[in-house]
Amino acid sequence: MQPLLEVRSLRTHFELGDGVVKAVDGVSLSVPRGRTLAVVGESGCGKSVTARSILRLVEKPARIVGGEILLHPDSDGEPLDLLAAKDKRLRQVRWADIAMVFQEPMASLSLVHTIGDQIIEAVRLHENVGKQAARERAIEMLGRVGIPDPQRRVDSYPFQFSGGMRQRAMIAMALSCRPRLLIADEPTTALDVTTQAQILDLLQDLQQEFGMAIMLITHDLGVAAQVADEVAVMYLGEVVEQGPASAVLSHPKHPYTQALVRSVPRLGARGQDRLVAVRGTVPPPYERPTGCRFHPRCDAFMAGKCDVTVPTRVRSDEIDVACLLYGEEKS
Amino acid sequence: MTLLETRGLTMHFPLHGGFLGRNRGFVKAVDGVDLSIKAGRTLGLVGESGCGKTTLGRCIVRAYEPTSGSIMFDGVDLAPLSEKQLKPYRAQVRLIFQDPHSSLDPRKTLRDIIAEPLRVQESGSRDEIDDKVAALLRRVGLRAEYAHRYPHAFSGGERQRVVIARALATEPRLVVADEAVSALDVSVRAQILNLLRDLQEESGLTYLFVSHDLGIVEHVADDVAVMYVGKLVESASTEELYSKPLHPYTEALLSAVPDPDPASRGQRERIKLLGEIADPSKVPAGCPFHPRCGYAEARCATEVPQLREIGGRKVACHLAEQLDLKGVLTATTAP
Repeated sequence: MQPLLEVRSLRTHFELGDGVVKAVDGVSLSVPRGRTLAVVGESGCGKSVTARSILRLVEKPARIVGGEILLHPDSDGEPLDLLAAKDKRLRQVRWADIAMVFQEPMASLSLVHTIGDQIIEAVRLHENVGKQAARERAIEMLGRVGIPDPQRRVDSYPFQFSGGMRQRAMIAMALSCRPRLLIADEPTTALDVTTQAQILDLLQDLQQEFGMAIMLITHDLGVAAQVADEVAVMYLGEVVEQGPASAVLSHPKHPYTQALVRSVPRLGARGQDRLVAVRGTVPPPYERPTGCRFHPRCDAFMAGKCDVTVPTRVRSDEIDVACLLYGEEKS
Repeated sequence: MTLLETRGLTMHFPLHGGFLGRNRGFVKAVDGVDLSIKAGRTLGLVGESGCGKTTLGRCIVRAYEPTSGSIMFDGVDLAPLSEKQLKPYRAQVRLIFQDPHSSLDPRKTLRDIIAEPLRVQESGSRDEIDDKVAALLRRVGLRAEYAHRYPHAFSGGERQRVVIARALATEPRLVVADEAVSALDVSVRAQILNLLRDLQEESGLTYLFVSHDLGIVEHVADDVAVMYVGKLVESASTEELYSKPLHPYTEALLSAVPDPDPASRGQRERIKLLGEIADPSKVPAGCPFHPRCGYAEARCATEVPQLREIGGRKVACHLAEQLDLKGVLTATTAP
């Protein structure tokens, strides 16, 4: 089956006075229909910029300089390339087809409008419904995301909500037009573990009910392991590995993913004396290493190969991996 | 040997408001906490945001003057001491902050940053201080030549090493690490955790490791104390607490931690906590956790449970003996 969304060789660069930061530099990934793809990576790997580029929500100095983002229709038909689409067409896609929630809900909610008015506005922009019907939809959605007493809370302002409640309200708003894809950028990072667990459960319940796909951006391998069907791992603006969550997180192929998985303490596995840290640090943004971008930190580094040849993606077992240890190399 | 022991440690912040800023009650950030740390060991202090763990850490380093209670450090009560009397203890009890980007002065070189506590303590000549800074930089895994650079030239992990070097400058005995690795990426976090462990082995440091991350606390701590709305609800050795919690709140916290092993998915039962942490200015009557607790009985809403000893551990729950709570599995091994 066709995936819902395909990102092909996406490049988003920041054109700064000192040079060009290639935040996203050749990202290719696909989001399966009705399932959850987790995009994991450390800060600066370009995962958030990738998410924003999908809806063309990048602002100066960032610019999308190349690639394709294909949104496939439910039935057979031509996909829509979001990067080539007219602004008007893209505005229809936002909310109605693809909605987004962010890490800090206060930054994306209006402070001077009630939660209800914000949902009503979003619904009425995309669907031909009356004010009363839209308000009922807002109340229904707030109740659905677990906000107590939604008839009353629909008229609350965001500052009257706690952090967890705001994130629920954000999710209610994002899902109010029944999108086919929800992009959630670190939706639980600012929350406590107990609230995080509630929000992740909620997202999974809503996914079952509405059948939407979720693209979850997270730095937390634990979150990815608990909710994702597929995992894509990013390093320095590229996807280095994508495959089923169970395969990628239990038997990773790429040395970077292997190192990441080893550096996280496992709950209930005491007695590991030392964590295995990834060597060195992420290189400065203006200087991307030649060849494989991970080679200066890689334990499996092969001199004369990894620092020269850019690895292409190959399939190994069920995983697509960009590493010269696997398959045929091309120069 | 016990290095630090708090008794009834309490920190109430007055709430001002209304006409002429009259006092409208108190935020009971820390409310009668007893805890102790043995020399050379690590105590993990966990809880949700707003539970008072950071305030407790700041009372112990005497960044705050506690409302009441005692802080016995090596036989001396730090709580009532004046700023002048505290001076010798400022060198022995140090704090590591969470965010290495905001806790380093951008206009100072690493040398001046690390030497600052030495200057305050008036120890040594210029050359001696230079040598000491160089030694400290090497100890935390940085190069001695970096002494004349400024913080902006370093990554988050390197800056956190500088913060640690500064904390170690006065050869402290107790280090309060408040979310010391929370702002760091996973790959760098492991390096810093390993460094903290090496430093402890080399010089017998004692840590109070304040964190919201139960996975990391399990890895670093010998003992763990759990806080909820200003009070200690449970404390035990890490192994006991993680394998068999006695307080329902601990059980719920443990069950909420996302396990990085996808094979564990669906195997662990997750306890769904209702609602959110209580407001520390309006603490519920009885057990502060009872509105969210799945096991609560009638008396939990009226009687405040005291922290009491059961089998060498401490717990504040009326039902601790009757409940059979689940810990985290200790079976699976890492790939």
